[in-house]
Amino acid sequence: MIEIGLGHYLSLGAIIFFLGVIGIFLNRKNVIVILMSIELILLAVNINLISFSIFSGDIVGQIFTMLILTVAAAEAAIGLAIIVVYYRNRGSIRVEDIHGMKG
Amino acid sequence: MIFHSIFFYFFSVIAIFSSLMVITSRSTINSVFFLILDFISVGCLFIMVGAEFLGMILLIVYVGAVAVLFLFVVMMLNVAEQKQSWFIGKKSTHIPTGLIVSVLILLELLVVVGGWKYKEDVMSSSTLILSDISNTHQLGLVMYTDYILYFQLAGIVLLLAMIGAILLTFRERIGVKKQSYINQISRNPSSAVELIDVKSNQGVKIDD
Repeated sequence: MIEIGLGHYLSLGAIIFFLGVIGIFLNRKNVIVILMSIELILLAVNINLISFSIFSGDIVGQIFTMLILTVAAAEAAIGLAIIVVYYRNRGSIRVEDIHGMKG
Repeated sequence: MIFHSIFFYFFSVIAIFSSLMVITSRSTINSVFFLILDFISVGCLFIMVGAEFLGMILLIVYVGAVAVLFLFVVMMLNVAEQKQSWFIGKKSTHIPTGLIVSVLILLELLVVVGGWKYKEDVMSSSTLILSDISNTHQLGLVMYTDYILYFQLAGIVLLLAMIGAILLTFRERIGVKKQSYINQISRNPSSAVELIDVKSNQGVKIDD
């Protein structure tokens, strides 16, 4: 309990991943909150990669963390642009109002 | 060692609490603020565990760019006062399924973490972490040599994201007078100046 090992970091990543997934499933108002939940999930993946990289002594995990950061930034920019365009066309970004595909 | 555990628990409790607040907060703008707090605490964890460069990158790129982008969009779209209602109130069929799936994911991840035995001798890599040079130096040594292709591809991904975001949000406004470079360049003196013999009391029609 006192000695912090790999399992502690992996558990932290698992909990944050779980909170991100539950945010996607249970959110009913805002699409922006869903994007933030995706950011949380990517953050949990980064925690896992970095803790494995440190505890196994291999630098490549940190390289892939950097690539994930790149993809996350690109995804946030594109997603927010789509939300802005959607709001301009429809006037609302509530999850309940987005049913154009009858999902 | 005791300080390491104290700081780990401090930052991870803040991270878990703020990520819980991101998804449960009543107004969207509070969610963005808690997202920033989450990034900061996880960045401190990264710095603490020894990945200083990525911790600083997380602070700079996420808190400085991505979270501020979220803030801009939330303020621009006037959704800050839209309250989150969650599952109280209206009936919905996907809520129990979502809860079950999420809890199952958490249980599976925790079972894997708990029952997993870490074997150090399995790993044999040529890019082991050395102790005599700094983290940033090591990342640079590996990233610009062995992983140069991935580095360039990441740059292309960022370029495409930039083009896509600009193209999506660009709109041509009607009724705004704009400078047209091609018309300016392509005019010549013979068509630019016209001599008109003006008759008395009739005037000249310009700008046809």
